[in-house]
Amino acid sequence: MAALRTKGQPPLDADVIVAGGGNAALCAAIEAALWGARVLLLERAPEHLRGGNSRHTRNIRYLHDERTAYVTGPYPREEFLDDLLRVGGSATNTPLAEMTIEESRRVPEWMARQGVRWQPSLRGTLHLSRTNLFFLGGGKALVNTYYDRVLRLGVTVCYDAAVTGFEDHGPAGCAVLAEVAGVRRTIPCRALIAAAGGFEANLEWLARYWGDAARRFLIRGTPYNDGTLLAALLERGAQPVGDPKGFHALAIDARSPQFDGGIVTRVDSLPFGIVVNTDGRRFYDEGEDIWPKRYAIWGGLVAAQPGQTAYSVFDAKSWGRFIPPAYPPFRAETIPALAAQLDLNREQFLATVEAFNRAVLAVRRIDMSRLDGSATSGVAPPKTNWASRLDTPPFFAFPVRPGITFTYLGVTVDAQMRIITTSGAAMPHVYAAGECMSGNILLRGYLGGFGLTIGNVSGRIAGREAAAHALGGEAAGRPVEVGHVRA
Amino acid sequence: MYEPEFLREAQRQLGVCNACRYCEGFCAVFPALELRAEVASGDLTYLANLCHDCRDCYTACMFTPPHEFAVNIPKVLSEARVRTYEHYSRPRGAGLFRRSVAGTAVISLGGVAAVCLLIATFMGPGVLTATHRGPGAFYAVAPWLAIIVPASAIVLYGVWVAVAGAVEFAHDIRGGAAPARPTAAASRPAMVWRAALDAVTLRFLKGGGAGCYYPRERGSSQRRILHHCVAGGFLLALVSTTIAAIEQDFLGRMPPYPLLSLPVIFGTMGGVLLIVGTTGLVTLKARADTAPSSTVMTAMDYAFLVLLDLVAVTGMLLLVLRETRLMAPLLVVHLGLLTGLFITAPYGKFIHFVYRYLALAQRAGEELREADQGAGAGG
Repeated sequence: MAALRTKGQPPLDADVIVAGGGNAALCAAIEAALWGARVLLLERAPEHLRGGNSRHTRNIRYLHDERTAYVTGPYPREEFLDDLLRVGGSATNTPLAEMTIEESRRVPEWMARQGVRWQPSLRGTLHLSRTNLFFLGGGKALVNTYYDRVLRLGVTVCYDAAVTGFEDHGPAGCAVLAEVAGVRRTIPCRALIAAAGGFEANLEWLARYWGDAARRFLIRGTPYNDGTLLAALLERGAQPVGDPKGFHALAIDARSPQFDGGIVTRVDSLPFGIVVNTDGRRFYDEGEDIWPKRYAIWGGLVAAQPGQTAYSVFDAKSWGRFIPPAYPPFRAETIPALAAQLDLNREQFLATVEAFNRAVLAVRRIDMSRLDGSATSGVAPPKTNWASRLDTPPFFAFPVRPGITFTYLGVTVDAQMRIITTSGAAMPHVYAAGECMSGNILLRGYLGGFGLTIGNVSGRIAGREAAAHALGGEAAGRPVEVGHVRA
Repeated sequence: MYEPEFLREAQRQLGVCNACRYCEGFCAVFPALELRAEVASGDLTYLANLCHDCRDCYTACMFTPPHEFAVNIPKVLSEARVRTYEHYSRPRGAGLFRRSVAGTAVISLGGVAAVCLLIATFMGPGVLTATHRGPGAFYAVAPWLAIIVPASAIVLYGVWVAVAGAVEFAHDIRGGAAPARPTAAASRPAMVWRAALDAVTLRFLKGGGAGCYYPRERGSSQRRILHHCVAGGFLLALVSTTIAAIEQDFLGRMPPYPLLSLPVIFGTMGGVLLIVGTTGLVTLKARADTAPSSTVMTAMDYAFLVLLDLVAVTGMLLLVLRETRLMAPLLVVHLGLLTGLFITAPYGKFIHFVYRYLALAQRAGEELREADQGAGAGG
C-alpha cells in the first residue's frame, strides 16, 4: 500500500484507525501493524507539527533492576508504585497502574527495536538520572523515529486529519468521521483507537471551569489538543475519569507563546528568591519542599493570583545556578530600578522585599541540594528553606504565568484498553490510549516521564487488542508481549 | 567580526538551545554551549566551527520555523562559519568566499588558459598536439622547474594564509585568554591526539549514533563515508606525489611511472576515492533540504567539490590516456585546474579543516578537564 503523506486523502477503509499522532498513537499503530492489521493513522496536525505533546518530551520512566550505561541505578517496583501513590494520592484503577508499572520494564527493549536511541541523562536533570531513560534528541526525534517506523510497516499516515466522531455499525464494525485537509470523510473500519490527547488547548472548554482566567493560561504543548474526540466519546456515553477541572501546570515565562513553548519557557528560579503577585505581595512559601518535586504546584498557585501573573525575583547570588529559560530576565542594579520595569504595585513590592530581607536571620549561602533549613522568621508567608536576602546586585526578575501541560479528564478503560461506558459495558470497537485514558492511573500530580510510559503501554495494548478484534480474535487473550509477527 | 544584529540573533537562538538541551547527545556543540552562560563573539566562532552540519539538531528541534522561536542552528552556525572564514583570511574579508562559484570558475579557467599560453609561448604550440612517451614525457610539455616553482609559491602562500588565520582564531575562541593550563588529563599532547582522532573519525558527524540527517528524513552514514573518501583520497594523492618526488629526485627515475609503481598505485586509489567522494557529496547536497543551510556556504561547497572532482577526473584520464596525443592537452587542463584549486584553497571550503581542527582541540581540552574533575563531582 502506498503511504499517503502530507495532505493526502485516506484510503476507503482500514482494519484499525488510530486517531492521534503522538507517542500513544504511534505505539498503537506500530503494534497493530505488527499484528497484521491494515492501519490508518489520522494526525490532526500538519506534518511539521506532528506528534502532539510527545514532541516536547525527553525521557521515559521505567522499572529496572540495575544500573545501565544510561540510568544510574535500579528503580524497583515498590518504589515506582510509592512514587505514583505519593503524587497521585491513589490510583483510580490500582491493578491497571500496577500492570503499567510492571509492563514498563519492557519499554526500552520495545522502543529500541523501533529504532529509538538513548543518551545519558541531560545536564541539570540529576533528579531523573536513575529512574528515567533519556532518548537521543528528545521527543521530536522520538516521534520522527516512530513515523519512519510506521511508514516502513505500511501504515497509512494522513496529516491535517481531524477525527470528529464515529458511528457504531454493530457487529460489522464502525466508521470514523474525519475532516481530512478540509474534506469531510466517513471511513469504515473494524476498530478505532482514540489516542488524541486531552483538551488543554481548548481555552473555551477550560473557561467553563476557570472563567475569564483561562484566557491568560498558556499552553505548553500542541495547539491541536482541543478535545474534539474526547468530547465525542463522553457524549457517546464513555464513563469519564479524572477531575474535569484538573490540569497539570507549571509557572512558565509570561512572555511565552500561547501554544507550544515547550520546555524552554520553564522558569527554574522560583525557589532561589521570592515570588510576588502584581499586588507586590508574596503569596506562598517558596522554600516549601524539595525542588523540583514541588515546582509543579506553582502553575496552580499563579493561576489563583490577580491577572494570573507573578514575578520570580532573585539576586546575583543565584544567577547561573539554574538552567536559564529562553527569555532574558529583567535586570537592574537596585530593587527600585527593577520594580520600575515590572508591571506591579511598586510601593508594596518594595515593602515586601524589605520585610523579607529583615526576616532572613542567618546570612549564608543556600544549599539547593537539600532542604537546608535556612528559614525566615516573622514574615507571612514564611520561606522555610533556602531563604537568603535579596542584597547583591544586579537584581533579576522573570514574569510568570500558568503554563498548562495536560488535563486530567479522560475516559474509563479496562485492561484491554476498551472504553467503558456509564452503563459499565465496553464499547464494542473503540479503544483508548495515552493522555485521554491516563486518568485511570494518575488522578492528579505528575511523575516526570510517566505520561510517555502510560502512552507506550496503553498504546501497545490498544494496538494489539484492536488488531485482534479487527482480524477476528487471533491475538486475543495473549499476555502483553512485544509483538513481532512480521517485523 | 559579526554584525551586531547577526550576533544578537545567533545568541537568541542559542539561548533557546541552552534552555532546552535535548540535543546534548548529538555532537559537541551543545555540551560546549552549556559551559557558556553567555555566548560572546569568540564563543560563537568556536561553536560554529565545531558544528559538522549533520542537521540532527534541526530535525529533532520542536522550535524550527514556522514556530515563532524560529530556531535553525545549522543555518545560523553555517552563516557564522562563512564570516569566520572571511575574517581570518589574508587579506581580511577576502570577497572570494561570497562569490565562490564564479570566482572559482574564473580562477580555474584562468589557470588552464595561463598554463596553455605559457606552454604555447615558451615550448611552442607543437608540443600540445604531439605524442610524448617514455621517461620525462610530462616535462617535455611542461618543464619541471616551470611546474615546481609556481606550485611551491602558491602552496606556501596558502599555508601562510592558513597559519596566520589559525593563530588568530585559536586566540579568539579562547575569548582572548591565555591557553588553559594543562592538567594531568588535559595535557597538550592528549588534546592534540584526541582532537585528531575526533577529526579523522568524524566523530561528531555520527549524531551520537543516530547518523546524519543528510540528505534528509532518515539518519544515515552516507555523508560521513563520502567525506572519508574525499579526505582519504586527497591524502593518498599527496602520498603519491611525495613518493614520485622521491623516485625522481633521489632515485633518478623520471615519470610517467609504470602502472604497478607506488606513485601510480597510490595515485589511482586516491583518484578513485576523490571521484567517488566528491561526486557522492555533490549528489547528496543536491538532494538535501536547503532550509538548514546558508546559501553562501552551499555555493562554497559546490565550488570546491566540483573543482576537486574535475582535478581527480583529469588526473585519472591522464593516467589512462598518457600514451596518446591527448596527454598534452589533458596535462594542461589538469595543471591549470590544480593551479585554480590551490589558489582558491585558502578562500574556499578547503580551509574549513583548519578551524574545525582548532575548535575540536579546544573541545577536547574541555572534555578532558571535565573528565579530570571527576564524574562524581558533576551535578
